This record gives sequence, C-alpha cells and structure tokens, in this order.
Amino acid sequence: MKTIFKPLFALATASLMLTGCGPEASSHSGKKEAHNSGALSGSVAEKVYVAPGEHDEFYAFISGGFSGQLAVYGLPSGRLFRVIPVFSQDPEKGYGYNEETKPMLMTSHGMIPWGDSHHPDISQTNGELDGRWVFINENNTPRIARISLTSFETEEILEIPNSAGNHSSAYVTENTEYVVAGTRFAVPVPQKDMPIADFKGNFKGSLSFVKIDPEEGHMSIAFQIRMPGFNFDLAHPGRGKSHGWFFFSSYNTEEANTLLEVNASQNDKDFITAINWKKIEEYIANGVGTKEPAKYAHNTWNDKKHTAETVMEDEVLIINPEEVPGAIYFLPTPKSPHGCDVDPTGEYIIGNGKLAAAMTVHSFSKMIKAIDDKAFDGESYGIPILNFEAINYGTLEQPGLGPLHTEFDTRGNAYTTFFISSEVVKWNVESLEVLDRHPVYYSVGHLMIPGGNSRKPFDKYLVSMNKITKDRYLPTGPEVCQSAQLFDISGDKLELLLDFPTIGEPHYAAGCPADLIASKSQKIFKLDENEHPYAVKSEAETKVVREGNEVHIYMSMIRSHFSPDNIEGVKVGDKVFFHVTNLEQDYDVPHGISMIGAQTSELLIMPGRTETFIWNPKQEGVWPFYCTDFCSALHQEMQGYIRVSAANSNVPLTFTLDDDVPGTEEEL
Amino acid sequence: MRKDKILMIVGSLLMLALFSYPLWKITLVAPQYPEPLGLNIHIDKLTDGVQFNDVNNIDLLNHYIGMHHLPTEVNIKKGAVEAFPEFTYMPIIVGIMIVLGVVVGFLGRKKLYIAWLGLLAVLGTLGMYDFYAWLQKYGNELDPNAILKMTDPKTGEVMAYNPPIFGYKKLLNFEVYSYPSESAYFLIVAALLVAIAWYIAPKENVKL
Repeated sequence: MKTIFKPLFALATASLMLTGCGPEASSHSGKKEAHNSGALSGSVAEKVYVAPGEHDEFYAFISGGFSGQLAVYGLPSGRLFRVIPVFSQDPEKGYGYNEETKPMLMTSHGMIPWGDSHHPDISQTNGELDGRWVFINENNTPRIARISLTSFETEEILEIPNSAGNHSSAYVTENTEYVVAGTRFAVPVPQKDMPIADFKGNFKGSLSFVKIDPEEGHMSIAFQIRMPGFNFDLAHPGRGKSHGWFFFSSYNTEEANTLLEVNASQNDKDFITAINWKKIEEYIANGVGTKEPAKYAHNTWNDKKHTAETVMEDEVLIINPEEVPGAIYFLPTPKSPHGCDVDPTGEYIIGNGKLAAAMTVHSFSKMIKAIDDKAFDGESYGIPILNFEAINYGTLEQPGLGPLHTEFDTRGNAYTTFFISSEVVKWNVESLEVLDRHPVYYSVGHLMIPGGNSRKPFDKYLVSMNKITKDRYLPTGPEVCQSAQLFDISGDKLELLLDFPTIGEPHYAAGCPADLIASKSQKIFKLDENEHPYAVKSEAETKVVREGNEVHIYMSMIRSHFSPDNIEGVKVGDKVFFHVTNLEQDYDVPHGISMIGAQTSELLIMPGRTETFIWNPKQEGVWPFYCTDFCSALHQEMQGYIRVSAANSNVPLTFTLDDDVPGTEEEL
Repeated sequence: MRKDKILMIVGSLLMLALFSYPLWKITLVAPQYPEPLGLNIHIDKLTDGVQFNDVNNIDLLNHYIGMHHLPTEVNIKKGAVEAFPEFTYMPIIVGIMIVLGVVVGFLGRKKLYIAWLGLLAVLGTLGMYDFYAWLQKYGNELDPNAILKMTDPKTGEVMAYNPPIFGYKKLLNFEVYSYPSESAYFLIVAALLVAIAWYIAPKENVKL
C-alpha cells in the first residue's frame, strides 16, 4: 500500500506546485518580457521616442486625483507639459492665491484650497471630440470645472448642491448638451440633523444634469433627479442610437450606512440606472419639477477682466422619479458594478461588477424592447427594475479578477482593467471572447484610449493608470510615484511600450489628437482687450495711489524692469496692493513678481495679463521685490525697492523709474 | 485702344499695390525666435511681418543694443521718435507717378513712356539709397548707455548692427534676412509692362 501511495502523493504535490506556480510564473514572465523587449528590441523604443524638438501625436489630460489638478502629457512620449490648477491652490502659478483667482475656489462652505479631481472628459460635437473644453469633477466638495483648451486655464467651477462624493462625473453627452454629476455618498436632502441609522429610505442620491451653453460653455444645473440613497459610482452617456440616455452604475443598493465593505456587498445584483434625459426635458417643458432652495457657488472666470467672480445660486429644479414615468429604469447588474461603459455604437452597456468574476454586457435595443414589453421584475422606490434576461446581451465569463473600467477600439473590441489580477484584457464585445491580456504594474484603475468616451476612438494607444508602483521606479521614501503605462493597441496583441510617472493620483484621463488643439493654443493676451480695472496699458499709466491705509500700486513689467521700481511713502500697517500688468505682447515671455515677506504666493503673469497680490508691511526698512521667472538676459536686473516708514511718518508718497515719475518724461 | 497704351496704363495702375503691400521685408530668426520676427516696410508705415506685435517686439529687443526706437504707432504717439518723413512724401510721389503714368498712357507717346520709366528708375534708386541710409543710421547711431556694448573682435571697434539691404547677415544671436516684398514685385512687373509698351509703341512721328 505504502508503495502505491508514495508515487500518487508525489504526483499530487507536483500538480499542486504547477498550478500554484501558474499565475505567479505568468506574471513574472510578463514582466521579464517587458524588460527584455525594452532592452533587446529597438522597435519599442522607437515607438515612444519623440526626437528633441519634435511634437507628440496626442495630448493626454490625466486627472491629478488628490492633487486636485489636471496634468497635460504628450503621447507616446509620456512627457509632462503642464499641470493645470483646477480645484487646488497652486503657488507656482498664483492660482487661488492672487486676488483674481481666489473666487474660483469659493463654495457654499467658504473658500476651499484643495479638491479631489477625478474624471476629465473633452467636449464633443456629433459624438466626436471637438477640442474646445475639458470638464473634470471634484469628488469631495461636489463640483465640476470647465477648462479652456485654448488657454489651458480653468474658466468655470460649478458647485453641485444636495450631493456628496461627486464621483459619477464629469461625462459629456455627444453634443455636449450636458455634463453629469452624481452622488456616491447619499445624504439627507435638504441637509438636516438626524440619526445616521435612519439612512435607509431617508438619505438621497442626487443625479444632476448640468447644461452647457453651446457658445461660451457656461454651466448651469438644468435639473437634479432625487434618486434613492444608493452609491452612484460611474456613468456614461448613450451615443448614436442610445443618444438621449445616460447610464449610471450604483452599488450599496442595500443602503448600508456602516462597514460598507461587507454590508454593501450582500446583494447579488445592484443597478445600472438608465435615464432618458430627452424625455425628462419634455416633462420639464410641460411643467414637471419643483424649484427648491439650494445654496451653491458658481465661479466664472472673465477673460476680459482677468478676474473670477462668484455668484451664490439659490435654487435648483428637482425631479422626483415618480413624476417622470417612463424616463428612469434600473438595469440589474451583478455585484456592485463600478465602471459603466458604453461602446462607440451605443448598443452595448458594459457593467464592470467589481466583485464578480464575470462582465455583464447589456443591450440597448433589448432594453428598449423590454421597456416596451414591460418586462419588469418589480420595482425599487417606484422605479421599474427591468428583467435581467430581457436586457442582457451576454456575459464574459472568467475574464479576470475585479473588473473596473472598459474602453473600446473601432474594431469591435473592448479593453477592460482588472484591479485584483492587475491586468488589461482585450475582448470582443459581440463574440464575448477574450483575445489577449497583459499584466500591468500594478493594480490598474482606469484606462484611456483617446476619444474613448465618443463615437470615434483614436485607437492607436491605450494608457493604463495604475494605483500602485512598488518597485517599478527608483524608490523615493515611503511615498513612491504614481504611474501610467502606454500600450500599442493597433495590432492583435497589446504591446507594452512605456512606463511613465504621473502626478498623483491618475484616475481617469481624456486624450485627443494633438492637431485638434495645438494650433488653437493661445500665445498671448492682447493688451488692447485687457479690461482689468487696475490694468495699465503703458509705462506712462503706472502710478501709486493711497486710499486711506490702502496703497494701490499700478505696476507694469516688461523686459527687463518694473515701473515704478522705486516707491517711497509706504507706512507700517498699510495694505499694499500690487496690481501688476505684463506689458509684453510676445510669446513665452511671462514675468513673475514677489516681495520679501509677502504672505502669499508669487504672481506669474502671462503677456497682456494683470494680476494682484497684497503685501502687509510690518517693519520699517527698504524692501526689495524682483522678477521670479527668468525672463531675459537682464532678468537678474529686474528688481525694485519699497521704502517703508513708521506709521506716523511724513515721508511723501513717491514713485519713480530711472528717477522720473513714469509718464512725465519720455526717453528720446 | 492700342496695346501699348493699355500696357502703360495698366503698368502704372499696378503701382496702386504700393498702398496696400509692403515693399521690403526684414526677417529675424534666433534661438529664442524659432518662429521668426518680421518687419514689413511699406511706403507709409512699418507693420508686423510674421506675427502680431512683431514691430513692437523688434523695437523692444533693439533697446538692448541701444538702437533708436522704430517709428511704431505707439512710439510716435508717445513722442519717443518721429515718423520717417518718407512716410509722408512717399505716398505722394507714388500717387503722382500713377497719375502721370495714366496720363502718359492716354497720350500714348513713346518718348513719354521711356521718360516715365526713367523717372521711375531714378526714384527707385533714390529710394534704395534712402533705405540704405536709414539702415546705416539705425545700425551705427547707438546709445552710448546701451545695455550691450559689443566690440568687433577683429577691429576692436564698437560693433554696428546694420541689417543687410539685400540678403543674409548674422547680427549677434539673430540671423537677419532682408528681401523685397509684394509691392517690389508689383513694381518690377509695372516697369516691365511699361518697357514693353515703349518697345511696341509706334514711332513718335506717327499721328495718333
């Protein structure tokens, strides 16, 4: 007996070892392959090499996550060009510090210096990227920002009332009719003092439709749907045949208010909510909806006055689902779906059930038929739940572990990220077959194909944005860099081309061909069009004016001096306003300015712009200011002095440049 | 109407282009200016040659080497420099030449054709000399308090910055190109048409 058992035991052990090795071995070999191909094959290097002076083929706008910003990269090189300040102060650019941009960060809670930016999306016309604006949401204090793709500056920020955790945002419809906002953390609406345990049935999850002005891009909340208190997670618009619909994934249909990791993972299926916004528009036109009081900030940048303004809005149009029968349905989707992605044709709605081992593909045409046939499996809070079999196109079995997000190419394929198994999987939507898979390093969140949220993806590259980097780069202490990985998806197989570090944290991204934007990129702001109330158009207009204890310096900067650069008669306790205009009208000639002891950031002023900072002199003396941006050969000479006298001093207020009062004598 | 008459009239009318298009163009390329700066020289003004604000930007750069201000709109307005007197009388001269040319065309006299052409050649030569003189003045009369005072390493003399009247020259970090512009070509065509008119015109003793 013993002799028989021994070989059997050995066989069993060996097979266990083999299977045990399986995944680990494959991931190791995957990594090795990546290293080897980088070292051995010149073709990969050539694919990402952008020669000095050459331009990248694509722009990638990658969210800065908990930095609150939006970073601009080039693809395929992965080079970082600019970090656009959006929801957080940026002392480098004076954003949120100078007097002009402070209102951009105003909310109903007061000024907030930080935000959590998540999902950028580029404006569209007829379902294709038009390169006018990029929208991005803020998760923590719900907001949506609009960023100009000519100035690459934040032009507008709209707060979303009656919401918390604005995660399922800022996705645009195919003619940029709407940008949506959702609610991941249901809250009492309106807010009130009540026991947390009474969450179920009482907390609400608002879904907001923000109307975009087609000319100027200005945002306004058209209506807000007062949904049950589920956690609305992600969203995508219908397109083509499903244009007019919007799809939001949700989890925690259990409506748990504590230990969600367990208590919100109990239901076998949660919902994707399908909203027919065109139908809701019709209802609203017929008088449906109630205007309710709500306080939220609307911050708009005025490009003529070079100044932002905050308007506190006071009401919002509320739609209750029972008021709009036939406009809202629940699509049952297995296991806490995260990503909710719609393919370029608009037919397939992919539910990435993050706790499921399968991907759910719903069919839009089957959904419409199910609605017509009233194929309902009951309802939840008065909203019909469609029968799963009636709407389901099919299921992709065992594609990987922890599916999060899906993007598409133009050849009928989908690419899905798997957080737990740390890989990107390519599969065919119609045949539901896995075609290829590639490990990522490590634990990928979103992925992006330029034009991914549109009818026309530019399916040459795929960028995966990873949550963990561990050993991929030189270590930098406990916090290591965030990262993205670039794949070539033009062939049958995913080919890993490049790792590149990003600012933290890269959630989603939006990409587009460079030629859609590059030629429209603004070079200067025309001085003639500058309507800033403290602007000067020439050195002759520069002056210093005292109004009580406020001193207003109307200052100019041009290579390579300030005017005036000698100021006397400022007193301890004064509030000194530096209103500084960059008189340059030449490309890439910004000037900066800062003053010793100023308790704020520098100003970094683009040609033709006017910006303001405040300095509170606290001590007598002669204090210098200087240009902070190496502007020219004489940059080191670009400086000036302010004499500060005692509060009771009689030193007269004077201001000069080269010993003359500006404007009184011209050099000939 | 006789062909030579038409050519004479059309030729002189082509000079109307001088009121719209620049006569000469100076282009400056430098490491800092991969997209060059350009200065268009018209009969009555200076305009931006490549991009918005080029004239003012060239003027701004000139101050480093202590060059006179250019007669830009801004500089003239604030009295920093007077407009070139040529800007006033050049349009008048051109206007007179056009009127004369049209009258000569109607008269249709061969000798007058060649006389008009001769006058144009004289004026053109004077114009080129005048242009040269301005370039000399701007290139040599430098502010003694200039920020950059460069000396020629070979001669040890203060470096001059005369842009070329025609062709290419390297001035410090700038590569300067100076070539005729649209109006100059109109002028050449005008002269050619008048020359043809003269060539094909009937001899003087033929009665009209």
